[in-house]
Amino acid sequence: MSGPTHAADATFCVQARPTVRKDGPTDWPTDWLTAPLFRPSMPPTAPRTALLTRPRIALLVLLAVALALPTVADWMGEPFYVRLATRILVFALAAVSLDLILGFGGMVSFGHAAFVGIGGYAVGILFAHQSDGSTLFGLPGTVNGLIVWPLAMLAGALAALPVGAISLRTTGVPFIMITLAFAQMLFYLMTGLKAYGGDDGIALWSRSTLPAPFNIADHTTFYYVVLGLLVAALVLGWRLVNSRFGRVIRGAKDNERRMAALGYPVTRYKLAAFVIAGALAGLAGALLANATMFVGPQYLHWSRSGDLIVMVVLGGIGTLIGPVLGAAALLLLEEFVPELMDLAHAGLGEHWKIVLGPVLILLVLYARKGLWGVVAGKRP
Amino acid sequence: MNRPLLCTDGLVKRFGGLAATDGLSLSVAEGELHALIGPNGAGKTTLIGQLSGELSPDSGTILFDGRDVTSLPVHKRAQRGLARSFQITSIFPSFTALDNVALAVQAHAGHSFRFWRDAARDRRLADPARAVLERVGLGARADTRADALAHGEKRQLELAMALATGPRLLLLDEPMAGMGPEDSARMVELLQELKGGVTILLVEHDMDAVFALADRITVLVRGKDLASGTPAEIRNDPAVREAYLGDELEVA
Repeated sequence: MSGPTHAADATFCVQARPTVRKDGPTDWPTDWLTAPLFRPSMPPTAPRTALLTRPRIALLVLLAVALALPTVADWMGEPFYVRLATRILVFALAAVSLDLILGFGGMVSFGHAAFVGIGGYAVGILFAHQSDGSTLFGLPGTVNGLIVWPLAMLAGALAALPVGAISLRTTGVPFIMITLAFAQMLFYLMTGLKAYGGDDGIALWSRSTLPAPFNIADHTTFYYVVLGLLVAALVLGWRLVNSRFGRVIRGAKDNERRMAALGYPVTRYKLAAFVIAGALAGLAGALLANATMFVGPQYLHWSRSGDLIVMVVLGGIGTLIGPVLGAAALLLLEEFVPELMDLAHAGLGEHWKIVLGPVLILLVLYARKGLWGVVAGKRP
Repeated sequence: MNRPLLCTDGLVKRFGGLAATDGLSLSVAEGELHALIGPNGAGKTTLIGQLSGELSPDSGTILFDGRDVTSLPVHKRAQRGLARSFQITSIFPSFTALDNVALAVQAHAGHSFRFWRDAARDRRLADPARAVLERVGLGARADTRADALAHGEKRQLELAMALATGPRLLLLDEPMAGMGPEDSARMVELLQELKGGVTILLVEHDMDAVFALADRITVLVRGKDLASGTPAEIRNDPAVREAYLGDELEVA
């Protein structure tokens, strides 16, 4: 070129023709980048940490308490505690599923109870058909847990798919409002489902059946089955958030714009996480129906979604195990604080949330990782 | 001149009555370091937005590697090898420096629907990430959380992430923004080393850096290409002198 070219006299883009590249687009590393300066003497992995760290001890203690609980309740002559503990574990499972998207993906879903409720209805509806011998889409109802529970998960996932696909077009407050709106739509849909009890819901007079030796009509056996499923969900969740997939949703929480600039189709990954959380919530719903022997629209109500968020925040957002503590704390407060307040002044127990509020504020202010942060120390 | 890797043809972007990009035709040849300069409000940021895909032009086309990418979303352009750094540092604050870069490596290593294996122990991510950190001089800070890095280090990390995607074209939006003279000098040195290995479109205010590094320079004024040429040609172009460079060239 002899002189500066000006836009007007340049013929742009005419030489641009696709060329065949010998190296595929996924080849890594490109030698110009790394070859001369890479020093293999660097430690390839992080140094090993001690075997018995505080979080691990805390986990073992929690597991021991959970395993021993039915025996202790038996000694104390308080079998009711087993049923209360079962309810806690069921809500813990729902809260853990919410923490997957809320704590790790930054998706503040205010409609998570809808997927719990749908899982519950899957159990209730199939129970209703089984009990009166009618059919649904030409198929008989059933109480077989090996069929009903996976179906509840499928129902939760299938509901989460369109809700997530639409809600994830937004972020922040609009996302909260849209998930809330969807959940309320489903709530009113269930209220209007006269065939399945409408407002009154469906009372179940037996639990789902599992193959021997899991006779879950027995409260203690049911407790251990729920505990096993919760532990399985925690292990699954832990693998998930530390996998490549988990890194993508955590990265999207930190900085979505950068994720796109790196080449990630972020929404696709967030939607997958949303659907997985919906499936786990569906399972929690199936277990809830079995724990309470009842399914009703109130399971989908927005205040239930709010409770799940409270459990996650109370227990420790983005810690997975924290929401288990949060579920325990909320349900125990709900169980015992009103009683105590009624002792002080009859009728006062109704207003027990006056106690919950300050507890929540104190935890948010002074324990950023919630109860789990308090138990496990600084490093969750 | 090599064939163009990136080429825009008649690009127009208006905000209300203002044409931030006004029929811009720009060509970046394979292998060159092409600098884009211009006074504030010349439309540099708007152009970067359109090239990366965050803004869509009102008319005109963008060709990358000979293919029309005008309507491709951000992530697909990135997958084709168009990497960018941000003017305002854009990193993952709660990740370590190493994991920031590993996330960029992972973006390039196929889909991430892998749900079970621990990514932190995956050497296919960590080893290249560590190599890139070494390359930009951040090797010793690999295990530091990104939000605890100094400003200059964050700028280095910003560049490392763009590099780690294995790009064909680096879109660098003011990489020296807010840097002290020492950090700036190190960044110039690093870009000098990278030059030739990867095609670079550099938007920068630091004229010393631009004239030291660039193979070619395009001067953007009011959304239009005022002139394109080698640093010497730009330095001596009367239109450029009049419109923009006058004072600064006396210094340079």
